[in-house]
Amino acid sequence: LCSSKSYAPAYHLILEGILILWIIRLLFSKTYKLHETYKLTEKEKEDLIEEWQPEPLVPPVSKDHPSLNYDIVTGPPSHKIIINGKECTNFASFNFLGLLDNERVKQKALASLKKYGVGTCGPRGFYGTFDVHLELESRLARFMKTEEAIIYSYGFATIASAIPAYSKRGDIIFVDEAACFSIQKGLQASRSFIKYFKHNDMEDLERLLKEQELEDQRNPRKARVTRKFIVVEGLYINTADICPLPELVELKYKYKVRIFLEESLSFGVLGEHGRGVTEHYGVNIDDIDLISANMENAVASIGGFCCGRSFVIDHQRLSGQGYCFSASLPPMLAAAAIEALNIMEEDPDIFAVLRKKCKHVYKALQGTPGLKLVGVPFAPALHLQLERSSGSRDSDMQLLRSLVDYCLEGQVALTLARYLEKEERFLPPPR
Amino acid sequence: MTESPATKPTDGEVCQRVKNGLKPERNGLVKSLHRCHEREHKHHCHPEEEEVHSDSHHGSLYSRPFIESFEETPMLVAVLTYMGYGILTIFGYLRDFLRHWKIERCHIAREREVQKDFVPLYQDFENFYTRNLYMRIRDNWNRPICSVPGAKMDLMERASHDYNWTFEYTGRVVQDVINLGSYNYLGFAENTGPCADSAAEVTMKYGVGVASTRQETGNLDRHEEMEKLVAKFLGVESAMAFGMGFATNSMNIPALAGKGCLILSDELNHASLVLGARLSGSIIRVFKHNNMQSLEKLLREAIVHGQPRTHRPWKKILIVVEGIYSMEGSIVHLPEVIALKKHYRAYLYLDEAHSIGALGPRGRGVVDYFGLDPCDVDVMMGTFTKSFGAAGGYIAGKRELIEYLRSHSHSAVYATSMSPPVVEQIITSMKCIMGEDGTAIGRERVRQLAENTVYFRKRLREMGFIIYGNNDSPVIPMMLYMPAKIGAFGREMLKRNIGVVVVGFPATPIIESRARFCISAAHTKDMLNRALSVISEVGDLLQLKYSRHRIQPSLARPFDDNVYEDIDD
Repeated sequence: LCSSKSYAPAYHLILEGILILWIIRLLFSKTYKLHETYKLTEKEKEDLIEEWQPEPLVPPVSKDHPSLNYDIVTGPPSHKIIINGKECTNFASFNFLGLLDNERVKQKALASLKKYGVGTCGPRGFYGTFDVHLELESRLARFMKTEEAIIYSYGFATIASAIPAYSKRGDIIFVDEAACFSIQKGLQASRSFIKYFKHNDMEDLERLLKEQELEDQRNPRKARVTRKFIVVEGLYINTADICPLPELVELKYKYKVRIFLEESLSFGVLGEHGRGVTEHYGVNIDDIDLISANMENAVASIGGFCCGRSFVIDHQRLSGQGYCFSASLPPMLAAAAIEALNIMEEDPDIFAVLRKKCKHVYKALQGTPGLKLVGVPFAPALHLQLERSSGSRDSDMQLLRSLVDYCLEGQVALTLARYLEKEERFLPPPR
Repeated sequence: MTESPATKPTDGEVCQRVKNGLKPERNGLVKSLHRCHEREHKHHCHPEEEEVHSDSHHGSLYSRPFIESFEETPMLVAVLTYMGYGILTIFGYLRDFLRHWKIERCHIAREREVQKDFVPLYQDFENFYTRNLYMRIRDNWNRPICSVPGAKMDLMERASHDYNWTFEYTGRVVQDVINLGSYNYLGFAENTGPCADSAAEVTMKYGVGVASTRQETGNLDRHEEMEKLVAKFLGVESAMAFGMGFATNSMNIPALAGKGCLILSDELNHASLVLGARLSGSIIRVFKHNNMQSLEKLLREAIVHGQPRTHRPWKKILIVVEGIYSMEGSIVHLPEVIALKKHYRAYLYLDEAHSIGALGPRGRGVVDYFGLDPCDVDVMMGTFTKSFGAAGGYIAGKRELIEYLRSHSHSAVYATSMSPPVVEQIITSMKCIMGEDGTAIGRERVRQLAENTVYFRKRLREMGFIIYGNNDSPVIPMMLYMPAKIGAFGREMLKRNIGVVVVGFPATPIIESRARFCISAAHTKDMLNRALSVISEVGDLLQLKYSRHRIQPSLARPFDDNVYEDIDD
């Protein structure tokens, strides 16, 4: 071996020398020439900056856009409402239990104002927690027979902050198609996989769940950390009917998914004591992981709440964005809500009265020519839809608007259901 | 850095400098301004301290001294802080281990028995910080109060027998705690006086709730009046109000920016701005906090290279900044941002949550503070929670913008409108600040706030604490650094009847935990002096006086009105 080294032929050494020199050259040479054609000179950059014209900040809105001019309401929005100067019976506000005008509620709010002032000047973590907030939370938990409740200062933000607190990227959420806009925003903020099932169609949901189960069996490690949720509403705002809760609970235990229930319209309306759709069906409230509602409909205050077991609700106190980073509910509104709860607890007959009235209105509106009534008999918010659509959404909306105006002349206040056309996922037909 | 003839100070068009054919990256618009300012420094700069000192003689963008300081963390303190967190983490693992093996009793709420085989709702590691570090000092937050959150408040006393896992209310009330935590800048959190009276009247007349959205039957005449008043207050064409400040940002930024747009947001923007930017679907790029060179670099790169991958030109560029940053106490460099925006044709979204009512000689916010034209800012956003003692947020700007938002904003279509007494409180307090109710109370309060701020900051500096932020901002963060001192500071101050706010990770970087004071116009000189003496006492006890730049205490001078003398009212 040693001897063979001294007999290395010269060309071999020369070749190796050239190779080494080549490697050194490659190591020290600049990046290859292709880049230089892409590098822009300063002058070119200046020209580009000069030429660039942005779009206007907002696109112009035509003068007769239907949503531009609001109806002005003067005076309190209670049973009789003054819209644009005309006094009408109010069939347009979500004032289901009639508590907007209640004297007791107003007196309590006034007393709270005299004690605390109007605003809270801080989020819940920094001296924004008042004793009225704590009292309202414990009253709500007691009323709904759950362990704990948490209050938000804005109804829209309640479910939109609750969903992203639990469901992160990579989790799976099954949602009804007719879910309301705040749920859609919550889903968007959570960055999870969203799967829509047809409205109130349990077979469709089961099909999706079975598919997911097959997926899970193929990939068990991932399945062990992927959380799955079903989000439904008690009374849907867009179609005014109820979700089939007992079947959902069955599906929950069969496929191991958690249920989030949004009860904005059904809290204070359904059920014998007003506890919502769980009482209506007689389902054990512990079976539902999270119930979220806003206090702006039946309870005639402002804000929202979530209730459920402490295990679930406590997490939101540190990770619910609308709770941690926002000022708390003004104490007078919380006091008004407490008084409204008092009234609801003292007098459970009002729910029966409400249901009777709903049935009455439903029967009366059944036979209207040209209009279809959408909703279940005991829903307090009903939709009237055109039976035959003219094909264009705009002209439908105009027709409905003229209908509303005609009713206003006749001293009955109705309203056009408003949707953001470009943003909604499944746009309901005009109503 | 070489000085070139272009950097000589010039009055007039600052944009001209860039066209001189120099390398814009190095002698860019903003850098050239800084060059001419640094030459005029009256005292030399400490190498550790970063000061941006602008001279008023130049007549350039800043009309009054703009002094901000963010002193560097002393090395020893940083090392000790990391050690502290390390020890806490080790103990955390130990306790988790004990809890897992049931040696230690577990207080955490548990999943239902029936649902034990579901996928766990929380990952164990997510809550590590909450379980082991936050729980130890949890009694410093969520302290319930039972009075007006004014300059003095009453706290409900809480006791915990199991190391903060559960709290009990003893039933006693701690009276007259000096409130350095609530955002009550102009002192409108009160239950007597004209604001409370008019709100009471409206409660009886209109009720408390509205039960309908803005576009349906929720638009009361009071709302229209309030919006006109807000527009007049800010000096813009029109305004629109929403029920919650957080929701204002997260629902309206998506309406303004969408796919194909670029959002340039500051590093330390609030969670609502970040959420709004994310929900809009546009590309987000972050520039360093208050750093105009970084912003300019990003703007140039963006316009020159276009959208990522397709290189199409951007539809719009939106710069999102805040007036006062609540965790740092710094004020945005608004004149420079506006100069950049005009040169590069971007749009500016200014979030004045903390600065409206609190800055400026007339209380009109950061635009007023710098003496600029409100029409230069495309979208002015703010909240009513802080200086006006109410709740809610607003967006103000040109009439086209507001008309667009009226028809396309998520809040107008789907969310309930504001409650009438809250609206009334806003109307009355705004009229008071503007002076339209015939008294000088508003102006007096604005002046009082400025005086209190300057005094408090000066005294804290003299005592040797490290204070962040601008000299004029009523938000005063005081550095604590070490995790143990966070809890200790909060508790010691409460023992001495002063309520403060302490913040740690994750609201701040991990070693930079701080205590934050919010000064109010309702604080009297006595309250401030008492607070200062107590802070000094606790500071000596806990060794918080880290600052290496002791300023000599100046002779007790009365507040001189020079601060605002160059602004004509």
